[in-house]
Amino acid sequence: MQKVNLCDACSKEKGVQDPTGFALADLLLGIGAAEEIEKGAPAQKCPVCGFTQADFKKTGRLGCSACYHTFAEGLESLLKAMHKGTEHVGKLPERAARQLRLSDKMRVLNDNLEKAVAEENYETAANLRDQIKQLEHEIAN
Amino acid sequence: MKFSQVMSSAGEWLRGEGPHHQVVVSSRVRLARNLRHRAFPGWAKKTERTQVLELVKPHVEALPEMQDSFSELLQDLSALEKQVLVERHLISREHAAKGVGSAVVMNRKQTLSIMINEEDHLRMQAIRSGLQLKSAFKLVDKVDSTLENKLDIAYDQRLGYLTACPTNVGTGMRASAMLHLPGLVLSDLINQVIQAVNKIGLAVRGLYGEGTEAMGNLFQISNQTTLGEKEDEIIARLTKVIETIIDKEHDARQMLIQKKPDTLWDQIGRAYGVLTYAHAMTSKEALNLLSIMKLGVDLGAFPEDRRLPIDELFIETQPAHLQKTSQQKLNAEERDFLRAEIIRGRLKLFPKPDMGKVAREPDDETPSELNDNE
Repeated sequence: MQKVNLCDACSKEKGVQDPTGFALADLLLGIGAAEEIEKGAPAQKCPVCGFTQADFKKTGRLGCSACYHTFAEGLESLLKAMHKGTEHVGKLPERAARQLRLSDKMRVLNDNLEKAVAEENYETAANLRDQIKQLEHEIAN
Repeated sequence: MKFSQVMSSAGEWLRGEGPHHQVVVSSRVRLARNLRHRAFPGWAKKTERTQVLELVKPHVEALPEMQDSFSELLQDLSALEKQVLVERHLISREHAAKGVGSAVVMNRKQTLSIMINEEDHLRMQAIRSGLQLKSAFKLVDKVDSTLENKLDIAYDQRLGYLTACPTNVGTGMRASAMLHLPGLVLSDLINQVIQAVNKIGLAVRGLYGEGTEAMGNLFQISNQTTLGEKEDEIIARLTKVIETIIDKEHDARQMLIQKKPDTLWDQIGRAYGVLTYAHAMTSKEALNLLSIMKLGVDLGAFPEDRRLPIDELFIETQPAHLQKTSQQKLNAEERDFLRAEIIRGRLKLFPKPDMGKVAREPDDETPSELNDNE
């Protein structure tokens, strides 16, 4: 680790206002980490938990799982630098696998419905609507 | 199950003799999981944390693996009890600092421990003795799959399991092994090994994890990254590196026996002498000397049946264990006296080191034709 002592003027020039905040996020994620996340989402706030990038700067941790979506842009280069890859290739939870299958099915049904309506094939469309309704019910459960 | 029962049994991973147990003390695999759209513990307000705890804990306690478990809210454990659990690696130092809204649940054998509201909503870890990362993963993976069907776990198609710290995202898995490497330390090769391991993206840490000092020649090696690699790939890679380190450690020990026997005997003799006769001992000194005694057992200078008392002393002489056993709060000086007393007691009937019994491996330079002709 490299220790840098900055005077008042230099620290302002380098954008270091809160020395503890600066230290934590950068210590954890490498110099520039806090800036990265800020770049991606200026003045953004997580709609689910109210977390902001300033909070990330302070703690080096995110607020909730939705933050990964809220701050996705800033996080991307961070994750790239931190990990072997940028996409998960490991365990797929059963529930997610099931959801994935169902949403694939839903997409196909919706496509067919659109087609049926365009072709004014109303009997097929009604049938498809029933199927979609049932599938929606399945997904909700 | 009560805390006193946790205290009185040492945990299977300490007694067990897993593969490569001379060098690999234990293998651990932990998974980090969170509930979808709930603030992570570090960001959640106290009421939110308590809600998550109340939601999660019944499911954890109901796991078939958690029959007759020890389950306790962190605020109901004394500082000393928390420290005992840290010394046994059953909870993290971070978790020990938690109070209201956090809990720990562990099985009777102390091979499975689940922290609720540590840095993540769930931190589940399995511990095995020796080099058994695969089987540790199997256990914790099974528990994870059971809980996944009961709880809405935060999972993203692209990023995998979502964790409070971006360093854990993806598999949420940290696999680690505790290695005892006195041979590499005594032959000044340890830094070379650590550097090589760091270079291939694995982390080497001290006894109690991140930011702790290496004592007793004990080192933790673990995966650094969690995204972009499958769980079993991570474990296979780590296992391979550990196997290489085991070979290096054995080579270093043989080299010491052959090239520097006097240094080695001096170390073992001194460890035996000081532990047997000292009246005050810090935990750091105790760990370092016990490490040399353990090496002595490995090499045959002490009989094999003396392994367990040495292994147990590693844990029993830790500060919180000492105080819990003696049922009183002690200052550092008092602890040092008590520690020395316990060790002296254990080593009273311990035989003197017998350097003649040290097993020398056959000389590598023996011509191979000779073996072929036999």
